[in-house]
Amino acid sequence: MAAVAIVDEQDRSSLAAVRANIGLAWADPIGRVGFFLLALTFLVALVGPVLFPFNPADVGATAASILQPPTAQHWLGTDELGRDVFRETISGSQISLLVGLLATAISMLAGTVVGLGAGYSRGPIGALMMRITDFFLVLPTLPLIIVLAAIIGQSLSVIILVIGLTSWASTARIVRSQVLSLRERVFIDRVRALGATDLRITVVHILPNVLPLIFANTVLVIAGSILSEATLAFLGLGDPVHVSWGTMLHYAFEVGAAGRGAWWYLLPPGIGIVVVVLGFTLIGYTLDRIVNPRLRNR
Amino acid sequence: MPRLRYLLTKLGQVLVTLLAVVTFNFYLFHVLPGDPIRLLARAGNLQPEDIARLRQLFGLDQSLPVQYLVYLRDLATGNLGMSLTYRQPVSDILAQRIVNTVELLTVATVLVVVIGIVAGVVAAARRGTRADAGTVIVSLFFWSLPTFWTGLMLIFILGVYFHAFPISGSGTPGVFYTSPIAQLEDFLPHLVLPSLTLVLVDIGQFVLITRSSLIDVLTEDFILTAKAKGLSARQVLWRHGVPNAMLPVVTTSALYVSLVVGGAIQVETVFSWPGMGRLIYDAVLRRDYPLIEASFLLFAVTVILVNFVSDLLYLWIDPRVRNA
Repeated sequence: MAAVAIVDEQDRSSLAAVRANIGLAWADPIGRVGFFLLALTFLVALVGPVLFPFNPADVGATAASILQPPTAQHWLGTDELGRDVFRETISGSQISLLVGLLATAISMLAGTVVGLGAGYSRGPIGALMMRITDFFLVLPTLPLIIVLAAIIGQSLSVIILVIGLTSWASTARIVRSQVLSLRERVFIDRVRALGATDLRITVVHILPNVLPLIFANTVLVIAGSILSEATLAFLGLGDPVHVSWGTMLHYAFEVGAAGRGAWWYLLPPGIGIVVVVLGFTLIGYTLDRIVNPRLRNR
Repeated sequence: MPRLRYLLTKLGQVLVTLLAVVTFNFYLFHVLPGDPIRLLARAGNLQPEDIARLRQLFGLDQSLPVQYLVYLRDLATGNLGMSLTYRQPVSDILAQRIVNTVELLTVATVLVVVIGIVAGVVAAARRGTRADAGTVIVSLFFWSLPTFWTGLMLIFILGVYFHAFPISGSGTPGVFYTSPIAQLEDFLPHLVLPSLTLVLVDIGQFVLITRSSLIDVLTEDFILTAKAKGLSARQVLWRHGVPNAMLPVVTTSALYVSLVVGGAIQVETVFSWPGMGRLIYDAVLRRDYPLIEASFLLFAVTVILVNFVSDLLYLWIDPRVRNA
């Protein structure tokens, strides 16, 4: 019986569990809407630039081509330099997704390592890791990101790094609380009795059990990272070379698009952000309810 | 006595966190960016002796530990340095701006708390119905809105298209007010769109937390007891359910403060609201480091202190913690 319990405990919470949770999220109406929104975004980001390439240097020849409403030639009008907003928006989807996904990867890695360490280690190292996590948790995120970007620089890689390194604290907390309860379980005592090292116990036996929780959290962190990038770029701290939706809205704001009634310049990038963020949020919310036993049946 | 010990532990943690933030801030602004003199001298051909004099003036000829101690002393005496662009003491600028931000955030927060709790309670009480599902979906949608874009949309729709509200500043420029009431009459319309933006983007999370917390509480035994006593559904919900559901809402208020600070920066930027948020935006654009540094410190200290107050509040409202 005991052997069955061990197998069961690990089997339930590995990659298979993550896959099962995705299936459950798909079965939920809210989750399914999220998947559709994401599919739409990824389709636009992957196929769009091939069909409608955007050339940032393709500016309008005359003053009359600046901030023009939609025409047959420019389906969503032109921006403050006379460039095609439709193509610019499609190209911006790539930057937003790229930053969101890579920043989240950094955040997940940092959050998982710190969370595992803080939860598993009983000594001063664990306590110190927890204090550092708490410290980052109380720092106001947006001011911190702004300050770091203003000091370190505005290239795409710096933005990814800054967003990733400022958003891991909540993940670390979630992982830690889960590890705290896992390390008291009998099956961990058993593998320890068999002579497994601490590193092996955390990586092989504890990590797979935390994976579904990390995955649900990841999806929500992606939504947050994309919002952070958009906000940073809107505040003029984006990468000037790689135009994202936030950068577009920054220039739209700078040239007073709202006051000039240039809805075609304000709506496409904004709707793009809302669609992708909403997609990740809906899936993350659904996954959270599935993996978090306290939230189940809500 | 355990209560006193809890209090002292929390107080100790806050002091350590505050010192950590100050040190972090020092490192961020005094060690990372390199030589501030180069920044100050970006305009021209400074002679080596001028540079040396500037270094001495700013205390940069001292060693880092000495600079750190001087920094701590300056902070303790309220000396936050001079702004590079305003040519005024940073503390004076902050003092002018902070009131506007507090006004904006107070109005928005009161609205978010009141509307959010009521909507969350109503949704939880009708759990599983269409109204509940609608509330959840609308909340998730608002949660996903970028704050700055929501502001731009409100400017476009309510400000430019319908001309319903002013879209910029906290008052009409160049107007001389004959009475405080006239000033208030000008101020309030300016407050509508910025606070509406904050309410829209911040309310979703509040509704969801209230709702899920109350759903938890409604399954507890004492709710069954209250029903069995013959209390009306309304009494069970508002007298027995809601107060107990407020605990998680209080603990997440710390998260909310961080959120609302970020919201203030965006909203004040979009609406040219003369507060702390617009200040940090302008300071970043002009790379006015002393101003950025002080604004960041002020934001961080505020969030830490609100966290502390939230801990105290928790102690006060939860008898389990109070008597533990």
